[in-house]
Amino acid sequence: MESGIFFSDYRSDMALRRMPLQKVRTGLLLVGLVVFPFLATPYWLNLANQIAIATIGAIGLNILVGYTGQISLGQGAFMAIGAYGAGLLTVRFGVPFYISIPVAALITAVAGLVVGLPSLRLKGLYLAVATLAAQQIVEFVVTHWTGLTGGTEALVVPAPEMFGARLNTDGRFYWILIVVALAVALFAANLFRSRVGRAWVAIRDQDIAASAIGVNVFGYKLLAFATSSFLVGLSGALLAHYRSIVTWERFTIEVSISYLAMIIIGGLGTISGSFFGATLIVLLPAMINTVGRSLQDTAPWAATVLPYVQQGVFGLVIILFLVLEPEGLARLWRNVKDYFRVWPFSY
Amino acid sequence: MAEPAASSPAPSTCLEVDGLTLSFGGVHALDDVALDVRHGEVFAIIGPNGAGKTSLLNSISGLYRPQKGSITYSASPGEEPASLLGRAPHKVAQLGVARSFQNIELFRAMSVLENLMLGRHIHMRGNVLTCGVYWGSQRREEIRHRAAVEDVIDFLEIENLRHQAVGTLAYGLQKRVELARALALDPKLLLLDEPMAGMNVEEKEDMARFILDVNEERGVTTVLIEHDMGVVMDLSDRVAVLDFGRSIACGTPDHVRADPAVIHAYLGDAG
Ligand SMILES: Nc1ncnc2c1ncn2[C@@H]1O[C@H](COP(=O)(O)OP(=O)(O)OP(=O)(O)O)[C@@H](O)[C@H]1O
Ligand SMILES: [Mg+2]
Repeated sequence: MESGIFFSDYRSDMALRRMPLQKVRTGLLLVGLVVFPFLATPYWLNLANQIAIATIGAIGLNILVGYTGQISLGQGAFMAIGAYGAGLLTVRFGVPFYISIPVAALITAVAGLVVGLPSLRLKGLYLAVATLAAQQIVEFVVTHWTGLTGGTEALVVPAPEMFGARLNTDGRFYWILIVVALAVALFAANLFRSRVGRAWVAIRDQDIAASAIGVNVFGYKLLAFATSSFLVGLSGALLAHYRSIVTWERFTIEVSISYLAMIIIGGLGTISGSFFGATLIVLLPAMINTVGRSLQDTAPWAATVLPYVQQGVFGLVIILFLVLEPEGLARLWRNVKDYFRVWPFSY
Repeated sequence: MAEPAASSPAPSTCLEVDGLTLSFGGVHALDDVALDVRHGEVFAIIGPNGAGKTSLLNSISGLYRPQKGSITYSASPGEEPASLLGRAPHKVAQLGVARSFQNIELFRAMSVLENLMLGRHIHMRGNVLTCGVYWGSQRREEIRHRAAVEDVIDFLEIENLRHQAVGTLAYGLQKRVELARALALDPKLLLLDEPMAGMNVEEKEDMARFILDVNEERGVTTVLIEHDMGVVMDLSDRVAVLDFGRSIACGTPDHVRADPAVIHAYLGDAG
């Protein structure tokens, strides 16, 4: 707690942003997000949009894995259901994109509920294997049910339109993504300061005690699967409309694993960690690419080893985090804040 | 036995266990156990290690499924008794049965406050939508139950621990927080599994005082497992003795202490 500040009523003691400094920081963040698209090049806007979509997906995964303690390898599958759901609704039925997105998210939530059923009996790695099965089944269906999804052919989604305006540029889509990502972050933060989020964390920490205190453990696990999948489906659906193209390669088991890496590097069970992890995992390959390209003229061989370097660095970063800061970027950020809270008086 | 063997629960019976049998493979944890706990009393369960005390508590709170017998519970005098057997743990809690565990089972990563707020879970209504939006009635619900939790915090004198992660607290304090979490549920029946084990004398005295206060001021029927005979004699109105999964005696502390079967169980052939 920040020293020297006391609260006279429960409402302010229970607020999300209790400290003046926190309010200032949040204000600065919002201003930055509004100013950003006016200063950024399309390249950076594209990265920002990718980060926003990944953040939504990472928050979804974190609810299930970080907060509720149910390991899932099905992230790619849930994103696929959201993306194909939204894409097909628009392509086949002409549903406007702003309706197709929530509907696709709801469909994904139902799928999540079904995938969560084994959690009645299975825990830990056994549950992870069950979600892995779901991942494989969805991949199989998407690539083989050609009549519905187009199989391995890409599904082309028309550029989204709202109020007669085409939202086909990075700059325009940015606003949608930022608003949705902020809403999702706020929603999740609220969950974890109230009844439902507490029940989830209780299940993660001590499921027997949770049941003995009156938490319907299986019911809340299913709710976590559904809520998590809703958000993951939402990010998939947004991705479909943002990219205007849906291909199954974007939703393989590798995606599931890189999202797990995001929340581990960012910090399990933290909202800010979902954002930090998403940022790092999006930016890291982009940065390595940039370095590689700038080396192309002076050292042409660099381009050929680039993919390997990318994967190597990726793995190295994850291992370094696991070893040096198991609580992730969110923890580092907390340390920085702690440092500046008492700055310049360090004691 | 001094108690009349009632064929149906008397109106003042809070908890009645009859013919309860539970085995794990070949191990008979409980073998035809019978006892009855009256409304408003402090009831102790004693017995040597492995006698089946914890198994009995786990059966009452729905964590174990006994193969035979009955467990009936009525929250207050005059209320129709309900069967607890085969009921899921969270449904038992919803009837007003709260408990603590022999090896502290707190939510370690959470603060004391959050642990106690979980004690309010069954009294709250918030769902995933209202909680995510946290506006209007949900905010009011959280604040209302925070106030209820603060009452418990005052009652157990843990004001200065509110925001601490329970995992960082000393053992004795964790035991107290676990009692607090159970109390936050506003239980009608409190089950305590060795609430004073591993405590020093001072902590034990505090805990004994809290248990008596809970019983007297809040009228909570309390069942506790305890090894310390001194504590049992001081605290409890009646005592049941388990030995090798069987209930061998039940009655007032003095009555039980004089029972030859109990003396035999505790002192072996020397007794
Ligand atoms: N989950 C379980 N699986 C297998 N056996 C069990 C289980 N729980 C209890 N038992 C067995 O049941 C018997 C009674 O154990 P229980 O824990 O109820 O005893 P207790 O009276 O609480 O002992 P203590 O004083 O040591 O806490 C023991 O033989 C124990 O090994
Ligand atoms: Mg025991």
